[in-house]
Amino acid sequence: MKTMLAIISNALCRMTGRNAGARVVVSRSFADFTPQATFDIKKCDLHRLEEGPPVKAELTREQGLQYYRTMQTVRRMELKADQLYKQKIIRGFCHLYDGQEACAAGIEAAINPSDHLITAYRAHGYTYTRGVSVKEILAELTGRRGGVAKGKGGSMHMYAPHFYGGNGIVGAQVPLGAGIALACQYQGNNQVCVTLYGDGAANQGQLFESYNMAALWKLPCIFICENNKYGMGTSVERAAASTDYYKRGDFIPGLRVDGMDVLCVREAAQFAADHCRAGKGPIIMELQTYRYHGHSMSDPGVSYRTREEIQEVRSKSDPISMLKERMLSHNMASVEEFKEIDIEIRKQVEDATQFATSDPEPPLEELCNHIFSNNPLLEVRGTNPWSKLKSVS
Amino acid sequence: MAAAARLFLRGANSKLSIAPGSLGTTLLKLSPNCSSRTKTQRRHAAHFTFQPDPVPSQYGPTQKMNLFQSITSALDNTLASDPTAVIFGEDVAFGGVFRCTVGLRDKYGKDRVFNTPLCEQGIVGFGIGVAVAGATAIAEIQFADYIFPAFDQIVNEAAKYRYRSGNMFDCGNLTIRAPWGCVGHGSLYHSQSPEAFFAHCPGLKVVIPRSPIQAKGLLLSCIADKNPCIFFEPKILYRAAVEQVPEDPYTIPLSQAEVLQEGSDVTLVAWGTQIHVLKEVASMAQEKLGVSCEVIDLQTILPWDIETVCKSVVKTGRLLISHEAPVTGGFASEISSTVQVRLKWPVSHPPHSHVFTLCTDDVNCWCIH
Repeated sequence: MKTMLAIISNALCRMTGRNAGARVVVSRSFADFTPQATFDIKKCDLHRLEEGPPVKAELTREQGLQYYRTMQTVRRMELKADQLYKQKIIRGFCHLYDGQEACAAGIEAAINPSDHLITAYRAHGYTYTRGVSVKEILAELTGRRGGVAKGKGGSMHMYAPHFYGGNGIVGAQVPLGAGIALACQYQGNNQVCVTLYGDGAANQGQLFESYNMAALWKLPCIFICENNKYGMGTSVERAAASTDYYKRGDFIPGLRVDGMDVLCVREAAQFAADHCRAGKGPIIMELQTYRYHGHSMSDPGVSYRTREEIQEVRSKSDPISMLKERMLSHNMASVEEFKEIDIEIRKQVEDATQFATSDPEPPLEELCNHIFSNNPLLEVRGTNPWSKLKSVS
Repeated sequence: MAAAARLFLRGANSKLSIAPGSLGTTLLKLSPNCSSRTKTQRRHAAHFTFQPDPVPSQYGPTQKMNLFQSITSALDNTLASDPTAVIFGEDVAFGGVFRCTVGLRDKYGKDRVFNTPLCEQGIVGFGIGVAVAGATAIAEIQFADYIFPAFDQIVNEAAKYRYRSGNMFDCGNLTIRAPWGCVGHGSLYHSQSPEAFFAHCPGLKVVIPRSPIQAKGLLLSCIADKNPCIFFEPKILYRAAVEQVPEDPYTIPLSQAEVLQEGSDVTLVAWGTQIHVLKEVASMAQEKLGVSCEVIDLQTILPWDIETVCKSVVKTGRLLISHEAPVTGGFASEISSTVQVRLKWPVSHPPHSHVFTLCTDDVNCWCIH
């Protein structure tokens, strides 16, 4: 049946042009597709927990397409950023997230928009999932006034309501996350704070200070270690005495999760959010994930790992492919549908690029704004005694 | 650089005599309406030309080296002559993110050149322990911007160890190296010049070289010095600065400012990259305005060579200090206030206390992507 439809639609495409053929398939599709399916997911390793997240995840067609769309948008956006960086339209620092999309998509699927999230510098994916448009992200990368931080923040400093960035100093965001969780607890709003960090940051002292405070005061903080196996160029074995990052919180319960499977991440994040909302205190999640690019755009990413390793992850564990295959094998969507989504996303990213390359840079008058919060106008000295710049807040 | 040049060039509009008084008043009268950036969207990356020093003849055979190679050479000499010396920090084993430690692990072994995890406070604290126990510890902080988690260890532990133990213990064997300063694309966290924070702490020495020859000599002096030293390396010069550097070890004394060029009209003081800016400015001033500048490289920020600077200002009557860090509380404010206090004493050539501090970058450095 399906092949017949495919043959008919291809024939129609050739005869009439693309749209007609597509419509043939789509109008017949809703009756055919499975609206919901249950998938087996990997069991999580547990630390100080009697039971963990479920080993089966339910996925509706809409959810699946939504997650696919999110992950594919992040992927295309990151690849576009790579391209723009190589063309020197984006400058400075740029840390790309491709390969790790399932983490951002899965977490966002499990939490509410009113919950809080803070991460380190590999933040473009989370900026998107927290509600910032691709246009604003790319414009921020190119340093234009339409950027989410008005062009003054750059790659590592993107923010949105309930999304606290975007932080350059490794590990420094974790105590902040614990603080946000304290605010949630104090205000009694049943919100949680998701505090992300990497395997490199896991060895910073301030994390352990945060773990202690969060556990002592039972803060609704979900600490998540995105373990992509390399802290810049150092593999986890060479950096950490214990690579069981989910156990590093010692007295804090932990979960180790397959970070390449969006359903696994979603179920685990849901479990963690429920744990925190029930007042049980903090919880740690280790997402085992992988980044295809190097640490940043100035790192080719192949001097400390083999191309074969990267290729293997791409072919066996790519988060987007995994979701797509699952949905196709359970007849939850069609190849053409995915293709259409891809085309839409490509166009969206192209339009965003167009905006990001043509929008003007922020005006000189804004250079010194927002240093302080002040009522009277503050004058800031520029690079010489006669150059006075105004700072408005 | 542009700002400093404009400072002098504007004076060219009025008829200048070389007498100190008129130059000063002319500068004061100049219009303040000068924008440091044009309105067009151009990249105003740090502009300077590295000015190499002449080949030194007193230290033996020399070899062409850039700044990071001269650092490697100094570290190589140290590991060879001092069996207790160890180098550690993030990514130093493969050679370091700026290639300052290339080849050392292969040559001297993995127990002497090793990586630490990502923990600055731990690195410095660990380094203090190594130094106190008698080994020569050379710790690398990957960027000076990351030194702040270690600030407590440096200021509270390292600097005060000797004093609080009544000279029984000390961590003089500790040297901390960090890439420092503006690089053009570093933005908030890869461009900082934190020397002023540490200048506020007795017990430490803070040293900033301007070139490969200076870097090797000063680094070897820091390592040999019996006090904890922080050695900031201008990262923009790592590749750009190339000189003929002696292969054998040699030291350049700490706390001695170097007068690079004698002059009679104005004293220019700087350290690190800004020296090259000021040297260019000095030659422009001589050429276009007939102003003779005395250029001084401070080299050691703490303890700094007050005498040399004051002596120079007594001669010229004017002082201009240029640095990359923010103005308020920047080290120039310390220099200018000390000089003004000192020179209120009667001297034969009455000085005009026109002290200008040009701080390139200020807020702008870390704001600009």
